[in-house]
Amino acid sequence: MNWLALASILAAALAVSFGAIGPALAEGRAVAAAMDAIARQPEAANTISRTLFVGLAMIETMAIYCLVIALLLLFANPLLR
Amino acid sequence: MRSPLAHAALLHAGPVPITAPVIVTWGIMAVLGLGGMALTRRLSLIPSARQAALELIVEAVDSQIRDTMRVEPGPYRAFIGTLFLFIFTANWSMLVPGIEPPTASLETDAALAGLVFLAVIWFGIRAGGVRGYLASFAAPNPVMIPLNFIESLTRSFSLLVRLFGNVMSGVFVIGIVLSLAGLLVPIPLMALDLLTGAVQAYIFAVLAMVFIAQVVGEAKPAATIANEGTNP
Repeated sequence: MNWLALASILAAALAVSFGAIGPALAEGRAVAAAMDAIARQPEAANTISRTLFVGLAMIETMAIYCLVIALLLLFANPLLR
Repeated sequence: MRSPLAHAALLHAGPVPITAPVIVTWGIMAVLGLGGMALTRRLSLIPSARQAALELIVEAVDSQIRDTMRVEPGPYRAFIGTLFLFIFTANWSMLVPGIEPPTASLETDAALAGLVFLAVIWFGIRAGGVRGYLASFAAPNPVMIPLNFIESLTRSFSLLVRLFGNVMSGVFVIGIVLSLAGLLVPIPLMALDLLTGAVQAYIFAVLAMVFIAQVVGEAKPAATIANEGTNP
């Protein structure tokens, strides 16, 4: 195995692991804020949870981008052809 | 391990290779289209149970459009509703054994994101004419023209990657767990994937609505000013 493949595998693992940190923290904060809002104003729970789901999916996209980069590195790496 | 970015061709129609996601997409199109035709054939003023269930779906789509776009849902119901129903059915088609959801392949998602991209242009032109649509690029002020132009491309790309990444990662993880652990272990993961699939279909439809509502809102005032002739 040449060093380019080794570097690609390492970079893919690093991209996923470090790319998951930010979205995890952000999702925690978003859910905490939504819980707080629902506890204060239970009648708005429908709107809040709908917006929360949309927001969570947007945040999650950042981690998904990292996953796609990792998969590109592993399966469609232009340097390894 | 098989790459999730490429699919082997099952058969060839002339020079065009036909892959498994294409055939599953045809199947979903047939089920949705024929099912819709069969279910709406005998509509009556006093609804049967079946018609009431259908009306419930349409009402749900309508109320979502009304809540998100703050306009009457008439012109947008067909596009947004079809988008949601197709992605939802595609994501849940993994309940059928041996079928991989077509949204887990890059091409299907690219086609869907391209549809949203074209729909934004179409609804923008419909709301404010070509001039109003072009003026919507200079929305807060003309300095934003390059940024708005880039944004209209990148947000389509982000729609594509979001749907692809979420569905494909689910399929991928199930494959890995299945090969590591055994037959019945990935069932909780599949249940989680059903939730993710439903949420992603909803997100895709909501984002399409947001993009369309934005361009319609920005194209309209410019058109009314242009019609009055005050805008040189």
